[in-house]
Amino acid sequence: MMRIFSLEEIKKSFFTCLWFGFLTFPIMVVRVNTIEDVVEWRWNNLIIVVFGSFFLSFLWRYMIERKEAGRKKAESGEAEKKPLVRRIMDNPRIYRPLLAAVAIFVLSFPFLFSSYQTNIMTTALIYVMLGLGLNIVIGLAGLLDLGYVAFYAAGAYTYALLNYHFGLGFWTVLPLGAVVGAIMGILLGFPVLRLRGDYLAIVTLGFGEIIRLVMENWNEFSFGPSGIANIPRPGFFGMDLSLTAATNYIYYIMIGMVLITIFFVNRLQNSRIGRAWIALREDEIACQAMGIDKTKTKLTAFSLGATWAGMAGVIFAAKTTFINPASFTFLESAIILCIVVLGGMGSIVGVILGALVLILLPEYLRAFSDYRMVLFGATLVLMMVFRPQGLVSDVRRVYQFKGATEKGE
Amino acid sequence: MEPILEVNKLSMDFGGLRALDAVDLDVKNGEIAALIGPNGAGKTTFFNCITGIYNPSGGDIYIAPPGKKNGNRPERINGIKPNHVTKKGMARTFQNIRLFGSMTVLENVMIGRHCRTRTGVAGAMLRLKSTVREEQDLVDFSYGILERMGLARFVNDLAKNLPYGAQRRLEIARALATEPFLLLLDEPAAGMNPQETRDLVDLIVRIRDDEKVSVMLIEHDMKLVMTLSDRIFVMDYGKKIAQGKPSEIKNDPVVIKAYLGEDVDA
Ligand SMILES: Nc1ncnc2c1ncn2[C@@H]1O[C@H](COP(=O)(O)OP(=O)(O)OP(=O)(O)O)[C@@H](O)[C@H]1O
Ligand SMILES: [Mg+2]
Repeated sequence: MMRIFSLEEIKKSFFTCLWFGFLTFPIMVVRVNTIEDVVEWRWNNLIIVVFGSFFLSFLWRYMIERKEAGRKKAESGEAEKKPLVRRIMDNPRIYRPLLAAVAIFVLSFPFLFSSYQTNIMTTALIYVMLGLGLNIVIGLAGLLDLGYVAFYAAGAYTYALLNYHFGLGFWTVLPLGAVVGAIMGILLGFPVLRLRGDYLAIVTLGFGEIIRLVMENWNEFSFGPSGIANIPRPGFFGMDLSLTAATNYIYYIMIGMVLITIFFVNRLQNSRIGRAWIALREDEIACQAMGIDKTKTKLTAFSLGATWAGMAGVIFAAKTTFINPASFTFLESAIILCIVVLGGMGSIVGVILGALVLILLPEYLRAFSDYRMVLFGATLVLMMVFRPQGLVSDVRRVYQFKGATEKGE
Repeated sequence: MEPILEVNKLSMDFGGLRALDAVDLDVKNGEIAALIGPNGAGKTTFFNCITGIYNPSGGDIYIAPPGKKNGNRPERINGIKPNHVTKKGMARTFQNIRLFGSMTVLENVMIGRHCRTRTGVAGAMLRLKSTVREEQDLVDFSYGILERMGLARFVNDLAKNLPYGAQRRLEIARALATEPFLLLLDEPAAGMNPQETRDLVDLIVRIRDDEKVSVMLIEHDMKLVMTLSDRIFVMDYGKKIAQGKPSEIKNDPVVIKAYLGEDVDA
């Protein structure tokens, strides 16, 4: 660890900060005051930049060094220290009470906090659901889908339009939203089956935008940019609910939906289908050579992922009571993608954490809202460098066998 | 002896390059056949063509799975998808190991059983009785294979963390899990030390005798090829230049020239 303070390293940092100071000189130091026609020299900015970059370059290399050391340790066979979350989840004495506490907190949330807070929480839960859905496509099957928001929009418009034209209620449309999502998933999945990686990403991104543009321009069908208003909230046995009660009600519906999602995604993950997805992500050729139908496997991933987005869309429409195409821009897809990447691809707990962090933090750190996108970007870059596996890495299921418990020779 | 795989005049072109040129080859039930030849001869391309990864530009591939009730009429499998080839009973390994690195050893073998199991999306989500039973059978079966391949102690390790030799064996285990009648091994001994190679020879013999699976292997290790194979096919520049018993191949001037000729030119 002391290597970091060697003369060599100091020299490196020195040149870095010199170069940085030089680069930022024109914008950070020189300012032309056009009113008084003088040039201001803000030397103290230069000092901040130089010392700042000197320090940061040290920090950067220190972190890289630590990461390398960690990797070497892992390679030389030494057991990696389990991450905190994993240690908590492996120990029933800790996680049981923790789970109970979380459950109580979650259930009593609307009574402890204002409806404003409950609303934010509901939004976060919608993103949890979206994240878990996209996690099937990206995290498990490894298909980089940047147009996921299209299915979310499909669900929302399904509810809004069916309600507008035929007066169908929330509970009738919720399963329909799932079906519409699944069908859209298959329809969009077919043409992109042959594509991989970057190409798939570009084409799905295009699809997402096409759906939004159609909604924006096809006035007769979707009422264009002005959107659809007065979408009813979920009914509760025909009773009229006050605004607060309705907010709380949607919150509880969302809790239920998230639990159902977790339940099913968890089962899928450790099933024949889930394993095929992961195999597809790991190596497409080997996957086919092992008898897996690539086309079918990709399509199930696409359509199952889209199913959750469709349902989330229905709930979103019911929650906001108003939708228009502006709610379904590429930015939404990007946020959901960030949730999956930040949380940890393929890990359910990770995605939940990722959604809560990415949706709640900006809400509560309003002071930083101007820098929101910058922080988003910086966080992702740092994650990619230092923790590509996300906050919580995916852990495979362990099977127990009689007589196989003793390991090693 | 009936051939279980029969290849007639198989050709494969990559643009102007003729990687396979009218190759005839057959594998009989219960035999260990070897395909040898200098680097770039077209051996891997041959495997890729008969397993459906490439669609050959010419020729015919017939398979006749042994032990079928209604006689084994050969079936032409040109151009069908790799997963269908596997389902019909030919499984392979790869020259550069292609395991599912971040899955466990057991899961890798379980993947091999994908085409022999049937749980669908609904079954997985609802966890029906049949699903639970199938899953349990699958785990037991896969563990059984790992035990026979001597990999049982790695069962819950991630495939990428396995030592090299074990990774090669895991690829064989995974292919065996598909219950093939013919196992295609692409350079199984590459990168192994002498001890591992000796274990591999035992393993391949066991696969033929105990698992009743015929084997066709590509290999550069001549000692291994000569001790193991019943018949050897030799390729050079996409053409089959010789075939026969090890003793015949060993003294075949054409083969010697193909191998040594390169050194003389170089
Ligand atoms: N996908 C491809 N596209 C173009 N050319 C290819 C392709 N695959 C193989 N070739 C060419 O075909 C020829 C045969 O390659 P192949 O990999 O079958 O050789 P090999 O006998 O397996 O050699 P080695 O012993 O080195 O594995 C080589 O000249 C190779 O460059
Ligand atoms: Mg080869």
